[in-house]
Amino acid sequence: MQDIVIIGAGIVGSFLAHDLSKYDLKVTVIDKENDIANGTTMANSAIIHTGYDPEDGTLKSELNVKGAKMYPEICKELKIDYQKCGAYVVACDKEEIKILDQLKNRADKRNIRAHYMEREEIVKNEVNISDDVIKAISFPDTAIIYPWQCAIALMEEAVINGVDLILGEKVYKIDEKQGFFTVYTEKKAINTKVIINAAGCGAEKIANMIEKSPFHITYKKGEYFVLSKQANKFVNHIIYPVPTKVGKGVLAVPTTHGNILLGPNSNICESEDLSTTSEGLEYVRNHLNRIVKNIPYHEVIRSYSGLRPTGNNGDFYIKPSYKNKNIIHLGCIDSPGLASAPAISAYVIQEYIKKCLDLLPKRKYVKRKAPPVMNQLCEKEKNDMVKTQPLYGKIVCKCEKISYQEIVDAIHSPCGAKTIKAIKKRVRPGMGKCQGGFCEIEVAKILSKELNIPLAQVLYDEKHSNLGTEAKQW
Amino acid sequence: MIKELICIICPMGCHLQIEMDDMKNINLVTGNSCPRGEKYACKELIHPERILTSTVRIEGAIHPMLPVMTDKAVAKDKMFDVMKKLKEVRIKAPVKYEDIIIENVCDTGANIIASRSMDKYEKL
Amino acid sequence: MVNIDVAVIGGGSAGMAAALSAKENGVENILILEQGNELGGILQQCIHNGFGLQVYNEELTGPSFAQKLIDEVNNNNIDYRLETTVISITKDKQITYVNEKEGYVSVKAKSIILACGCYERNRGAISIPGVRVKGIYTAGEAQKLLNIENILVGKRVFILGSGDIGLIMARRMMLEGAKVLGVAEIMPYSNGLMRNIVQCLKDFDIPLYLSHTIIDVQGKEHVEKITIGKVDKNKKLIKGTEKDFWVDTLLLAVGLIPETSLTQTAGIQLDAHTKGPLVNDRFETTVPGIYACGNALHVHDLVDFVTMESKLVGRFVAEDILSYTTTPNLINVFPLEGVNYVLPQRLNKDVKEKVTFYFRVNKPYKESKVEFLDGDRVIKSVKKKYMLPANMERITLKKDEINNISFDLKVRVSEI
Repeated sequence: MQDIVIIGAGIVGSFLAHDLSKYDLKVTVIDKENDIANGTTMANSAIIHTGYDPEDGTLKSELNVKGAKMYPEICKELKIDYQKCGAYVVACDKEEIKILDQLKNRADKRNIRAHYMEREEIVKNEVNISDDVIKAISFPDTAIIYPWQCAIALMEEAVINGVDLILGEKVYKIDEKQGFFTVYTEKKAINTKVIINAAGCGAEKIANMIEKSPFHITYKKGEYFVLSKQANKFVNHIIYPVPTKVGKGVLAVPTTHGNILLGPNSNICESEDLSTTSEGLEYVRNHLNRIVKNIPYHEVIRSYSGLRPTGNNGDFYIKPSYKNKNIIHLGCIDSPGLASAPAISAYVIQEYIKKCLDLLPKRKYVKRKAPPVMNQLCEKEKNDMVKTQPLYGKIVCKCEKISYQEIVDAIHSPCGAKTIKAIKKRVRPGMGKCQGGFCEIEVAKILSKELNIPLAQVLYDEKHSNLGTEAKQW
Repeated sequence: MIKELICIICPMGCHLQIEMDDMKNINLVTGNSCPRGEKYACKELIHPERILTSTVRIEGAIHPMLPVMTDKAVAKDKMFDVMKKLKEVRIKAPVKYEDIIIENVCDTGANIIASRSMDKYEKL
Repeated sequence: MVNIDVAVIGGGSAGMAAALSAKENGVENILILEQGNELGGILQQCIHNGFGLQVYNEELTGPSFAQKLIDEVNNNNIDYRLETTVISITKDKQITYVNEKEGYVSVKAKSIILACGCYERNRGAISIPGVRVKGIYTAGEAQKLLNIENILVGKRVFILGSGDIGLIMARRMMLEGAKVLGVAEIMPYSNGLMRNIVQCLKDFDIPLYLSHTIIDVQGKEHVEKITIGKVDKNKKLIKGTEKDFWVDTLLLAVGLIPETSLTQTAGIQLDAHTKGPLVNDRFETTVPGIYACGNALHVHDLVDFVTMESKLVGRFVAEDILSYTTTPNLINVFPLEGVNYVLPQRLNKDVKEKVTFYFRVNKPYKESKVEFLDGDRVIKSVKKKYMLPANMERITLKKDEINNISFDLKVRVSEI
């Protein structure tokens, strides 16, 4: 019998798994995907908003402000990327300046640092700002993280401390018995006292397995372009237009690895459809023109889209089931879900889990050891690494300069990468200009060797995504 | 009967019309810009041939496949027979460039030869 | 720090040819740095024939062509490192490379030759709409998987782009038992060599859809369906022309781009059209002592041309090392109407010998003339029967013709 089953290994599920692993509990995390952070956490803007945007009195406003303040400490502890690059919300006319004033008001009330900037000062820091921009608010504490790395690091530490992680299995039924539940996947039936429904876009489906879902999710698709590192000077801060009812608008966002993201649009879609469309990307192009100029589209190396599970009233839905208080629904976690995630976890534990279970701290809690990242070392440190393990000196990905051994490390880490995409998320081969044209085969060969499976059986992502078949059999 | 072909001798890509009689003798080639086109048309219509390049499995070498080719052009309609034959071949390193892998493959009169050398390879 | 006369980055055909020629012209201390586990570069996966007629007077496959160069490199005792990646180069020609044995090493070279080839334009660069699932490969990636690793990436295949690698892969996959349902090309003409259209597509009854592009890719875990549509002159979709193909694989053969990631740290200027470095008549980049050749400079049609160009560059490098005189680049070379790019982009004021200009036209031309202009004065006019964007054109100007130029040099093409 488990104490808790968390359904969903996105950023929220990972924070909960991590935070709950500090207590003497038996915790299992289940996700239908083949890797951690493969749904909503896979594709978003990677921004830790400071929390000036959500309306007063919402759960979003409370948890966003709290969550954003928790990140620096967490990222330091886990030794993961966190960059306070700051953000400019820019206005192009008088109407928009009025909205800036509202934001400034809200920020002041919430103790979020914010100050006005006139055009002259904006241009000094951002040469590619659009000619129409007349005023801005700078939010110096807005930060960026590397969401996959964050979720994976959290889950790794959870797994080291005894959390059971089941990937690639879909929950299709939940039975309620006297005092406990049984969660069914294709392969397993798991008994548990408490269920946390952190299934992101799938949360409503999970809720419907228990009751008529008390919340309704609409999928909102956002499409993005990614610019190569050659374009990394294009903007230095996150550049936002003023927010509208529809959302935060189309942004230009630096990433922690020196790329730039352009997007997203926001389109309601019927199914969990992750395709990009020429109309969607055209929309991104058109709306970007309002806030920035000289956009280096020749440096586009990829486009992608992400789904946001949006609720009816615009707020998160975080409540126990009406039927049984031992099921806690985390529905409608759209933006600012990433920024709020640590606070969501703390809130759920404090408000609900404590009422269902006794939380006794573990006697011994083991810290995760972060894998070496060769690119972050100086030449002497690099050479020391190569001396102890020569394969740190064999470069597999030319564009991102990723070594063979870093990929091997990722495969054999606590939540080891089992697919080409999982390697990409952890160590980034194929994230450069050639987009894996050269190194994807090498990565597949390393997976084949380390996992001891034939090359043709190496998976790109989900099951049935294997590389191919042997053309000429032995 | 008139047959049409695109000449592949040079980048111009002349569209050739070839008049043939019932005995498949070529009476007239038109559309060509030079004599090479006429020569190409005759060859291509009467007995189309291709050099075939492919791979065979090899053990103990730097790669699992050895590139091979026919040492002269083989009849176009024999290509898939030769491909089938290549699937059965298994060899061991070392191999030298132009070593014969299969003699007179599928009775085409052509040999399958190694396109490159492959030494014994020990690493990994 | 170790000193080297000529460091060659890349051990493919360009790097080997340049190194061999530098050696032949008197340079002793040469080092080739190669990322792969053997010399030969991309040639090793191009197992088809059609190479070698210009350089070796016989028809060779890619690996055979590479074999000949590798044998020469070994016979000439030219030093090389395999599985070695160059991390950076600087203006003063310091190279930092890394491999398993030596770790991170910095060496100083008198001259550097960039011969690191090119990479394939991929889906990201052309923003093909649709899902991002398994089953979308560049043609070169599928070629390496099949020819080197024995992996057939799919059974039902569609190819976008009629570049030669795409055509070659259509045939290869058909021969290995896959079905290729079609090739779409956004331009109204093919970008591949005519013989590849005939021998790779027509031989296997594979349809070629000109003026068509991919407008959607669908599938859950891997590609299941693609949709193509006809485009108008402005490459905009013509509604109602959509056509679905149920395939498990989409190959992209949409062009090659010179690999220039090392140029940034050295401050080498690039050409917006070739995407490779700007060079003068001696193939020297904007940084003195750093040269470029082969597909790292501009994309070639055939390895024979890469080899011939690189041999020339190897000689220039050798000559310049033995007696280097800096002459400021005074004459700029520009493409005018009809011409996509011209190379070299700059000329020394007093060239020491004839110069061959490489260029590509921007559309197919019949019965036309190529003119070289100094200001408004035509200094050379060459008649051409047929020119295609897929074929790199080469025209040589004599030493005197160049040394009399007083303004700059422009190249234009017009139909007669």
